[in-house]
Amino acid sequence: MTAALTPGTSGRRPDPFAGHASPMGHGNMVRKEDARFLRGRGRFVDDIRLPGMLHGAVLRSPYAHARILSIDTGGAESHPKVRAVITGADLERRGMAWIPTLSHDVAAVLATDKVRYQGQEVAFVVAEDRYAARDALSLIEVEYEPLEPVIDAHRALAPDAPVIRDEIPGRTDNHIFDWEAGDAAATEAAFAAAEHVSSCEMLYPRVHPAPLETCGIVADLDPVSGRLVVYATAQAPHAHRALYSGIIGIPENRIRIISPDIGGGFGNKVAIYPGYLCAVIATSITGAPVKWTEDRSENLMSTSFARDFHMRGEIAATRDGRIQGLRVQVLADHGAFNGTSQPSKFPAGFFHIFTGSYSVPAAHCTVRGVYTNKAPGGVAYACSFRITEASYLVERLVDVLAFDLGLDAAEVRRRNLLRPEQFPYRCATGWEYDSGDYPRAFELALEMAGYDELRREQARGRRTRAETGEGTVMGIGLSFFTEAVGAGPRKDMDIGGFGMADAAELRVHPTGSAELRLSCMSQGQGHETTFAQIVSEELGISPDDIEVIEGDTDRTPFGLGTYGSRSTPVSGAAAVMAARKVRERARLVAAAMLEVSADDLVWDKGRFHVRGDRAAGVGIGEIALAAHSGLELPEGVEGQLDATCVYNPPNLTFPFGAYLCVVDVDPGTGQVTVRRFVAVDDCGVRINPAIVEGQVHGGLADGIGMALMEVMAFDTDGNHLGASFMDYLLPTSMECPSWELGKTVTPSPHHPIGAKGIGESATVGSPAAVVNAVLDAIGVRHADMPLTPAHVWSAIQGRPLRTDLAIG
Amino acid sequence: MQVPAHFEYQRATSVEDAIALLERYGPESRIVAGGHSLIPMMKLRLAQPELLVDINGLADLGGISLAGDVLRIGAMVRHAELLASVTAGTHFPLLHDAERVIADPVVRNRGTVGGSVCQADPSEDLSAAFTALRATAVIEGSAGVRRVPMREFFHGPYQTAVGPAEVLVELQIPLSNSATLAGSSSAYLKVDRRAGDWAVAAAAAVLRIDRDSVVTEVGIGLTAVGARQFAAVEAEDFLRGRQLTGEHIAEAGDIAAQHCSPVADQRGPVDYKRHLAGELARRALHAAAARADLAIIGRL
Repeated sequence: MTAALTPGTSGRRPDPFAGHASPMGHGNMVRKEDARFLRGRGRFVDDIRLPGMLHGAVLRSPYAHARILSIDTGGAESHPKVRAVITGADLERRGMAWIPTLSHDVAAVLATDKVRYQGQEVAFVVAEDRYAARDALSLIEVEYEPLEPVIDAHRALAPDAPVIRDEIPGRTDNHIFDWEAGDAAATEAAFAAAEHVSSCEMLYPRVHPAPLETCGIVADLDPVSGRLVVYATAQAPHAHRALYSGIIGIPENRIRIISPDIGGGFGNKVAIYPGYLCAVIATSITGAPVKWTEDRSENLMSTSFARDFHMRGEIAATRDGRIQGLRVQVLADHGAFNGTSQPSKFPAGFFHIFTGSYSVPAAHCTVRGVYTNKAPGGVAYACSFRITEASYLVERLVDVLAFDLGLDAAEVRRRNLLRPEQFPYRCATGWEYDSGDYPRAFELALEMAGYDELRREQARGRRTRAETGEGTVMGIGLSFFTEAVGAGPRKDMDIGGFGMADAAELRVHPTGSAELRLSCMSQGQGHETTFAQIVSEELGISPDDIEVIEGDTDRTPFGLGTYGSRSTPVSGAAAVMAARKVRERARLVAAAMLEVSADDLVWDKGRFHVRGDRAAGVGIGEIALAAHSGLELPEGVEGQLDATCVYNPPNLTFPFGAYLCVVDVDPGTGQVTVRRFVAVDDCGVRINPAIVEGQVHGGLADGIGMALMEVMAFDTDGNHLGASFMDYLLPTSMECPSWELGKTVTPSPHHPIGAKGIGESATVGSPAAVVNAVLDAIGVRHADMPLTPAHVWSAIQGRPLRTDLAIG
Repeated sequence: MQVPAHFEYQRATSVEDAIALLERYGPESRIVAGGHSLIPMMKLRLAQPELLVDINGLADLGGISLAGDVLRIGAMVRHAELLASVTAGTHFPLLHDAERVIADPVVRNRGTVGGSVCQADPSEDLSAAFTALRATAVIEGSAGVRRVPMREFFHGPYQTAVGPAEVLVELQIPLSNSATLAGSSSAYLKVDRRAGDWAVAAAAAVLRIDRDSVVTEVGIGLTAVGARQFAAVEAEDFLRGRQLTGEHIAEAGDIAAQHCSPVADQRGPVDYKRHLAGELARRALHAAAARADLAIIGRL
């Protein structure tokens, strides 16, 4: 009945995607954005071409650490197609050579005194085309005095280590912060009393989000109006607008940030990079729009990396594997500038959720951050602000404990998992887990995998191999993760001083179609579909008739964007609450239309009818039309049904999951084949199950990538050894098995529809399962990621590799 | 996006025309075939040729065919075409083994056999394959046609016998080791970090055994481990004339490992690569032997 009132559904071109009926509300439906993405009709930043547009290119440092003695831009300036060359000295004159980071540090936009990592930005050339801009880079002459670099984080605090940040007066070392969480004394006591202690040194190596689309910008300052329009790969357009305004001094009302389609973010597109600022400065200098698009090597070498946590974990337990305490020391390599983009007040983000999914009476961690001659960043790549590191640590430690005690890894987990009656659970480091039924998810995963039979097969295989010396060895790896996603509340969390809340504006058109304007920003997650379904569920409008608008600060309300799996927990809740406001307003209008009391109306998905008389009712479309009509509107309705909500989440939501990975390892070559991967996820209520599963698929592939091949290592000179996709390996479909997914549904008690967020779950949970499986196969207590064939073979020989440095 | 420096482009109309263009423009001109090594290097500005001579239109350089006692493979044959060739796979199964693990389908659709061997990347797969098969390269220049055995073709990393104004026309593989002959077959095995990655190490084995299981001919090629001319000559010499037994194959593997010179990089340390050279040579010999037996059984 709504459809008949909706002009939007008639007169459409025939569409091959049609015929897949969209559900009214939650459920599987074809993604609305796929019709354009699958046809190559997405519109990304690099697709934007403005009249008179110029092109920027960045000159980067070949050295990891060097003093800049001189920069001669004369050759580049005399290139016939070059319109401007910008150096650090030019920015210094504008007071913009250094900008504040989101972690209470400053970072260089273009180097002035020194370069501090290979690939750091030194100069920016603006030319009439991309080729000329690139050609001109080789006409700039920079004289460097190479300095000793600090590459090994363990060397950063050595007394004779060179001081990287010597531009800061009085600084004599590379120490950034010391931070701790938990109860040191109680933990000490737990360890002193423990029957058994296992400890393990482990590295979560430096990896990169490596989105398919690199970062880019088109900056366009209108010299007449003074209005700046920025098209950018921005996961957080409103935060970007505020930051640009603060840095360049143009008020927000004269800045418009447009994020068109984004080809993957994973945290890589949260920060503001030097290239963006150079493009903005360049448009103001030249009076023309300026485009800058990173190439792949630039993206891998200079933009936000992730992890780089050197961890020492200790676990205290009874002899039968019941955990009594956890203690962790972390050396965090933050690169040359402390530039983590995360909303907590804690310098290690959410790392202190490292007690994971277990009932741990006492826990304590210390984290020491250091500068090195590497690119800044640290929180990116779907990590939930360092929960990835925390989850990997505890899941590896539990396996080490099982190894040391000679216990089955599943049994150790069973003995320690939080029980349903412990929720809401306040962990030893202070987080309050909202809801969960961990044993149910865990047993489901074991059952789906046929765990006992797999162990029997493994025992048979080991006997055969002992006899023949031939064949592969099979390994089974488990991990159970707990995520914490959906940052706020605003009183506890902020980015750059902005409290973590997000907004939704819902407009219902006269004939009952609608548009939803959001402050978050899809990077491929399917927001246009999921959010339409959220509203559809609340209002009974078809998702096909709900337009979701994001990524344009002129058209959307303020909010902090999409990262840390926060869209559904925060913006999703905002959309629900806005829809419910619309519904309550619609109730008043319906009451006026039907001439009954609002209290006598019953909502029945898309329609109000009079209690006891189904026939006496009006649909949401009719109500919308009436709300725009000459109808005498009741008190409380000014006209129209539109509503707005700013949602300040009361707590994080805590998705969780049980993962099981089966691998076959060839001991003669070290090659690993992932045979099976069982993933049971609980993200609360699922809005579009297919999208949820897609998110899980991607994260599981990420996990295989990090566990088996992804790493950014550096040689002793500070050369980046992963600066192209030939060297920084991403997993392909060939490395991925056919995923076996399961689910349990434990709604979040504080989210209006019980949803929890899923974006990062699999990336957080899967690496440990893969690593545990490989080490289980080869019978080795510990070896660091990535477990490349060389590393697996070396670990079997008893010589595990140091994966963050060049292989010697 | 990475963009190359300025270059000129000419489409050759014949092999003679290509040679004439190369002579006219001198050493800063380069042939482009599939372009899957050269173009990325140009985009990274590791290569900045002044002229590209495009030989993609030259039908003379295409085709896979039997000609007398050789299988000829045109220099412009795409990897995908070699992989799809029943003739090549029947006579030399190792060519299909190798092609299956070269890069990915997109690269194989465009990249060429001739381009691969002329690039002479130490990690390239076909070099060891053709070395093991004792193929001959047919090279044309203005002075005429030369025939260079694969075992004299490689002059070092990224350096070959093909002169600056010469064109590799085709590769010829003698049919004396064809898998269609009793007691003959071949295999290629590769270890990589991920599908499509360059080899950490790989080995090619070509075997011919007589009725008494004595090895009458053997070719062992090694990829990415610093073997001279991609060949494990000492291991071949050891096996030739000996009974094909597990012990002899194992020893041949050890000899192959001893005589190669791998260098450490992010694909692995020296000890691992040396181990792989032996392990893969051994496995490739076993695989070739198993196929040779099957071939015999198939005919009986």
